[in-house]
Amino acid sequence: MPAWTPDQPLIRIRDVHLSFGAVQVLNGISLDVMKGDVICIIGPSGAGKSTLLRCVNALVPIDRGSILVEGQEVHDAKLDKLALRRKVGMVFQQYNLFPHRTALDNVMMAPIHVLKRPRGEVEQEARALMRKVRLEGKEGSYPGELSGGQQQRVAIARSLAMQPDVMLFDEVTAALDPETVKEVLVTIRELAEEGMTCMIVTHEMGFAREIADEIYFTDRGVVVEHGPPAEFFAHSRDPRTRQFLSQIL
Amino acid sequence: MIPNATDLPVLKPFRLASPLPGGERSEREAFRVRGFPRSHKFVIPSPRPSPLRAEGHGALRIGPAYFLFLTSALLLAVGIGQAAAAPAAPSIIATLIKWTPLLAQGFALNIAMSFIAMTIGTALGFALGLALISLHRPVRGVAWFLTEFFRNAPWLVLLFYCMLLLPFELRIGDTIIPLPGWMKSTLGLSLAVMANVAELVRGAVNSIPFGQWEAAEALAFSRMQTLRMVILPQCIKRMTPPWMNLYAILTVGTPLASVVGVSEAMTLTGDILAAENRSELLVPMYLYLLLWFFIYCYPIARFTVSLERRFQVR
Repeated sequence: MPAWTPDQPLIRIRDVHLSFGAVQVLNGISLDVMKGDVICIIGPSGAGKSTLLRCVNALVPIDRGSILVEGQEVHDAKLDKLALRRKVGMVFQQYNLFPHRTALDNVMMAPIHVLKRPRGEVEQEARALMRKVRLEGKEGSYPGELSGGQQQRVAIARSLAMQPDVMLFDEVTAALDPETVKEVLVTIRELAEEGMTCMIVTHEMGFAREIADEIYFTDRGVVVEHGPPAEFFAHSRDPRTRQFLSQIL
Repeated sequence: MIPNATDLPVLKPFRLASPLPGGERSEREAFRVRGFPRSHKFVIPSPRPSPLRAEGHGALRIGPAYFLFLTSALLLAVGIGQAAAAPAAPSIIATLIKWTPLLAQGFALNIAMSFIAMTIGTALGFALGLALISLHRPVRGVAWFLTEFFRNAPWLVLLFYCMLLLPFELRIGDTIIPLPGWMKSTLGLSLAVMANVAELVRGAVNSIPFGQWEAAEALAFSRMQTLRMVILPQCIKRMTPPWMNLYAILTVGTPLASVVGVSEAMTLTGDILAAENRSELLVPMYLYLLLWFFIYCYPIARFTVSLERRFQVR
């Protein structure tokens, strides 16, 4: 297989099928993400958005199709899953911070234990990341002592500490209080502006419109329609897209 | 009696307690905390009662009321016994005091057995518990069988098996480890502890939200790393109260060894009664022994309750 070059899609998803028992979750979904792109995936709940993200870093195996990350087939039995997950960072709806460790420890654990990097160096970077997500001074706090928005920003810092090439965001603001949603979105926007490749599943249409290079509307496990935000929101062609947008806008 | 006897630390909670029995009160408080969780978002969603909690609340909930009952029963028995005694016989209290050193010796063996059985059982049980959650089906199957077998076997049966099947000494190379009867029955008890600890480990691991596994996996942790650094540290905290409860139950269970002839406190009490040969001693003597166990186990039970309460607030 030829080596991956940056002019090819960083993530290339082709005709992915997946069912949980009798429920067809992904039904031949295809999309490309170029390096530096920010794509937002929207759609009604149950459309398979979150599942798709989990397939990209091999948390969930697919039945059929192909997912290439930097030219590497994700659903290859011989795949080095750990190598893949170093390249792909993921942030969850429920933050999933480790409650028995401080915020700083949460950020430092993976680089130290997985990448085996020296502690001093990692700590310096972790502190810089905490500043980046505007949580300076919260390094010693436990997750339970932080607000939802703060926890989610720690989770973002934790993921960034692995220096991933692409970040997956799975409805990261869905569990937050309205007043803390903004601080998380600001953090994601800053990342996007720095050129981080992002796949974002979100229900925040305003945010998607503002940040995305490309919007994908999915329903029942397929991409119904996609396009740049301006075009997508103004001139959606498919009736399902229009119905969805009319319901939430 | 000594007037300052109530200054013993074990009896302090009794003196300070409100008119409500302590056990009930603390359960009510725990319920209040559980019923209205604080609003931070990292509450672990576990509406179903975990096996841990059920066990933690189920057994050996002893409170001051029980102590009161025990002491008054003892005093009453002493009074009745005294009335029934022959006029020339020494008083029952004096007899109890006379035998106290011997009883203490036997009781020390009970405590030693409980310590050793708990240590061995916990070490084995931890390994067995990890085998219960293994990804390999055969390992899981064997572990499941062992756990169920030893968890459901009557402790006395395990004691008899260990007494009858184990040799009186173990030869490893040139060293000979003697296996006296009390050690054999301790091994029997530790098998029961092992199975119960294994079940505690399994229950605790299952009670950790799946998101923790997912997050660790997404950060490229291996399964072993996830278990060691993320899952088990959280389990230890959850396991501590039921584990201590198990210890208290085990301690109360050590007199079973008297059936297989180990000279622990229960056996010695029988011996004392045989030596004294006074029927009015029977009830006070065993009540006295009960009191010993109570005084040892009560602080453990109190501490377990307070730990449970603290962990629930988290």
